[in-house]
Amino acid sequence: MTSRFRTQLEEALFPPIIALLIALVCGDLLIMSYGQSPATVYRLLLEGTWGNAYGFGQVLYKATTLAFTGLAVSLGIRAGLFNVGAEGQLAAGGFAAAFVGLHLTSAVPWLIAIPLCMMGAAVGGGIVGAVPGYLRVKFGAHEVIVTIMLNFIVLALLNWLIANHIHVEETLHTPEIGAGAIPRLDAFMPAFHGSAANLSMVVAAITALAGWYYLFRSRRGFELRAVGLQPDAAEYGGVSVRGVWFRALTLSGAIAGLGGINYVLGYKHYYEDGLAGGAGFLGIAVALVGRNHPLGVIIAALFFATLSQGGLAIHAFVPKQMVEVLQGVVILAVAMSVPEVRRVLRLGRKPVTA
Amino acid sequence: MNPFDFVTQTLRIAVPYLFAASGGVVAERAGIITLSLEGYMLTGAFSATVGAHYSGNVWIGLLCGILGGLIFGLLHAVATIRFRADQVVTGIAINLLAIGITRFFLKLAFDSSSNSPRIGGFAVNTSALGFDNPLLWMGLLAAPALAFLIYRTPYGLRVRAVGEHPEAAESVGISVKRVRYIAVALSGVLAALGGVFLALDQHQFTDQMTAGRGFIAVAAVIFGRWDPMRAALACLLFAAAETLQIQLQGNQIMASQFVEMIPYVLTIIALAGVVGRAVPPAALGKTGD
Amino acid sequence: MTASAETNQSPAILMRGIDKSFGSVRANRAASLEVLRGEIHALVGENGAGKSTLMRILGGLQKLDAGTVEVNGKDVTGWTTSDAIAAGIGVVHQHFMLVPTLTVAENIVLGQEPKKGVRFDYAWAVAEVETLSKETGLVVRADQKVSELSVGEAQRVEILKTLFRGAKILVLDEPTAVLSPPEVRDLWVVLRRLRDAGGTIVLITHRLDEVIEISDVITVMRAGETVTRLETGKTTPAEIAKAMVGRDVALAARQAAGLAHAGDAGDAGDAAQHMGAHTSADAASALSVTNLVVMGSRGTREVDGVTFSIRPGEILGLAGVEGNGQTELIEALAGLRAVESGSIRIDTRDVTYDNVGQRRDAGLSHIPEDRHRRGLILDYSVADNLVLGRQREFASRGMLDGARIAANAQTQIEAFDIRPPSSSLPARSLSGGNQQKVVVAREMGREFTVLLASQPTRGVDVGAIEFIHSRIREARAAGKAILLVSAELNEVLALADRIAVMYRGRFVTVMPAADASEDVLGEYMIGSKKDAA
Repeated sequence: MTSRFRTQLEEALFPPIIALLIALVCGDLLIMSYGQSPATVYRLLLEGTWGNAYGFGQVLYKATTLAFTGLAVSLGIRAGLFNVGAEGQLAAGGFAAAFVGLHLTSAVPWLIAIPLCMMGAAVGGGIVGAVPGYLRVKFGAHEVIVTIMLNFIVLALLNWLIANHIHVEETLHTPEIGAGAIPRLDAFMPAFHGSAANLSMVVAAITALAGWYYLFRSRRGFELRAVGLQPDAAEYGGVSVRGVWFRALTLSGAIAGLGGINYVLGYKHYYEDGLAGGAGFLGIAVALVGRNHPLGVIIAALFFATLSQGGLAIHAFVPKQMVEVLQGVVILAVAMSVPEVRRVLRLGRKPVTA
Repeated sequence: MNPFDFVTQTLRIAVPYLFAASGGVVAERAGIITLSLEGYMLTGAFSATVGAHYSGNVWIGLLCGILGGLIFGLLHAVATIRFRADQVVTGIAINLLAIGITRFFLKLAFDSSSNSPRIGGFAVNTSALGFDNPLLWMGLLAAPALAFLIYRTPYGLRVRAVGEHPEAAESVGISVKRVRYIAVALSGVLAALGGVFLALDQHQFTDQMTAGRGFIAVAAVIFGRWDPMRAALACLLFAAAETLQIQLQGNQIMASQFVEMIPYVLTIIALAGVVGRAVPPAALGKTGD
Repeated sequence: MTASAETNQSPAILMRGIDKSFGSVRANRAASLEVLRGEIHALVGENGAGKSTLMRILGGLQKLDAGTVEVNGKDVTGWTTSDAIAAGIGVVHQHFMLVPTLTVAENIVLGQEPKKGVRFDYAWAVAEVETLSKETGLVVRADQKVSELSVGEAQRVEILKTLFRGAKILVLDEPTAVLSPPEVRDLWVVLRRLRDAGGTIVLITHRLDEVIEISDVITVMRAGETVTRLETGKTTPAEIAKAMVGRDVALAARQAAGLAHAGDAGDAGDAAQHMGAHTSADAASALSVTNLVVMGSRGTREVDGVTFSIRPGEILGLAGVEGNGQTELIEALAGLRAVESGSIRIDTRDVTYDNVGQRRDAGLSHIPEDRHRRGLILDYSVADNLVLGRQREFASRGMLDGARIAANAQTQIEAFDIRPPSSSLPARSLSGGNQQKVVVAREMGREFTVLLASQPTRGVDVGAIEFIHSRIREARAAGKAILLVSAELNEVLALADRIAVMYRGRFVTVMPAADASEDVLGEYMIGSKKDAA
């Protein structure tokens, strides 16, 4: 009986595990091609990330942004849509947060300033997410291409805004925000001194929790998942499929936009060109490996952040670029194993008879 | 501004787009979403550089570039056709993989994070376009050659059938998988050639030197409605806009960022059907369950 | 089968003992078929009878589990599509296998393209197609894009496709399902001409009137088995209909449903037992439909002016072979398909332009005919499926009330005997019968006034059938109005108070169940009889 749900669990967990094993093997090969010992390098990677406070802080920092973009992408996928635009949405959100923050003075209490800036971030990302949503609903334009194109457009637009209007001399970033800064961890945990980790991770955790509640406990989430799984049945169940599509893409954009606060409010206190740094695309990997589940996304975000930070730690031994190769390998491996695992597991499955 | 210079510079910018877009057209006409043009291009550029460097021969570099593109193309093909992986995800993964692998081996082979040593090229004089560059001609001929392949050969007919109605093709005994494997391999090779041109033109490989050209090619494919000649026209259009912007740099009629946006904005407009619908091949993207 | 012994020639097609299963579904069980050369042979049966599967095996599109296939005396068991094509078998599928963006000529030569060097010799292809077209009388324009063709023209292209490959044995799967009467007549001309030229034709169809018109021999299949072989000239529509729907099964079902009777013929009298007792003649109708016109996906009028009403406590059974507009009618009533003209009323409320949710609130429940596509979300749990369409009822302030959903699931599982009785299992893991019980529990376990039940016991085991039938009777007794659409004639006869027959988008008769029987209804179903509108 519970074996039925076990199969669902298997279908969910096998691909990331398989991908991890494949990545380990590839990692071994790459490390050995550099004449190093895999065991040494892996141990060094772990020590440099989870083994010391600064490294761990960096892992947490990077994982925070990835958690936001991963949650954003996974929400879209749950609705049957592919949001490839998290990169642009993240940047737009960060910019909006900085924009709001710049117009506040330090006299504004943090209780008002921080939520205001956060709302700005969400709205900024949400607007960018609403565009593909609208185009899909109104014209049937496939959101994959629209979001990819929009990435370039948004990033170019932001670049133009920064370069021509709001930047500090000799840099590509805005001035520091007046209010709305989110405290860093090292403000009250001195062990994390120097790391960018900040309380935005709490926001990320809350967002993940809220995401879970929304998806699995709310009526709208029920309808959204239905649309993603079987749109004809959802329609039969009285759900407006188009409405779900629009809401899902907008919400997805908003969550990705919210991710901008990590850098802007929590770390540098200004918006800088290039803040996204690939986190939008990696968000796709995080969603995929995390099997589109908020908890899985958090774990996957930590995994990819560990890889990323670990690359820096082992740089003396193996070029950190190895990490980027492994990232690509993991994504490919998960993508290839998901349908395969499903096929193999369903082959032997017979329905339970009375 | 010299019209001759304008044309030559436009062509020079357009060649990588022409190669990649032609590759994208054939693979997508066969039904496989191809977002990996960027990755193919980068791989081609790097493989060509490595080949040219170690052999001292430009043609060997060219061959290595082709080989690199072929391998990555086949990777995409196996993942999507045999394993039925999501085609969008696979495309993005290949792009990331290409960046990672080229960077890793850049470090390994040349001990640099940014660029390779200088290599020779086809053009004698690097400042002029160099109509003695065979890759230039190949690039210009790529689209007409693809058009011939798709519209005038039996294989092309099958590609079109497979991309619109694979069951119909299966029902007359055509191996849909084989047609697709060939198409995707071809796309890898063609896009890689675009990268080869880049590397040989700049006489070195630099980190992420393709800088999004692969995505402009994707835009050209869509804006050109999956037709080789139309896509080529789109490539020329986008390249002309870039040239215009460079030449008018001081005059600032339009900021460079907005010129950058042109291909992407046009593509979205095409998809929304404001100026006639861009309808993809019916079976595009449907290898999964 | 001894027919072939009479002619001294090996039959064009001889299939014996064919078994084919898809997972737990047995599409063919020991099925057989014998088609002689130069015959127009009709293969008839209800939906799911196994005809298409049998033909797909013949055409090399499907591998069989057991049995043998012989073509022109040669054993060809287990061959591929290419082998079949090479041996002269041409299949014209129900859903056309034509590439819409290519031209007629391109579609016809696809896979065997004529070459001139490295080029595709399109000019030659066009010339060949035009020649073939003239020879066979199948008029097409070789240079036209398939997307621009009418359905009849597209079918001609499909036939030409097979002839181009030298087909001598032609298999047509439901060819007239999409044709208008004049196009059907044109098709008969073509088929007869092909037969006279030495071809053999197998026609898969359920349109019995057409079977009578065109075929020489008929093989009837039912539930995966071959039931009988009849000579068209020597049989009647009634006999064919009987073989198709199966008297024995009806007998068992009726006995199980508690309608005891002696003999076997003319059981219509029993209908009086359940007629009229639950409705009062002057009760206002619960569902009334006036002049309803609904367009189908192909732009044809699938529902062509239908008017009827159902009173509270009445079951109106809608009989008819599938494909005559029943699906579109139900979808329009449920709010899943737009109405072209006409009106729908539930009690006093005009719901013609209401959405699904509004119709539910007005008291409509709907058991959809395709539970996998419409009725269930297979990856959702049983509990979740039991509230699909009712999720707002089970939510407060936007959040689903897990306790109430679980309680509802428990109640329904017990009331409808859903097995295994675990509400957290994914619906996918239940058997077909239990999946259907989930749908029925959801739709009938709530407050409703009108129930649309479309093929409610399809793919369901006998025990569950009986269960669902008794629930439907209970609902009637409680004063609900029920529209029962079923391709199973015996089900309609067992449950309905009044029976309507739908043929080509119209109600060709509405009669009290007391007057109905398989023979009587059969004639309406095959279109050979129509009451004045």
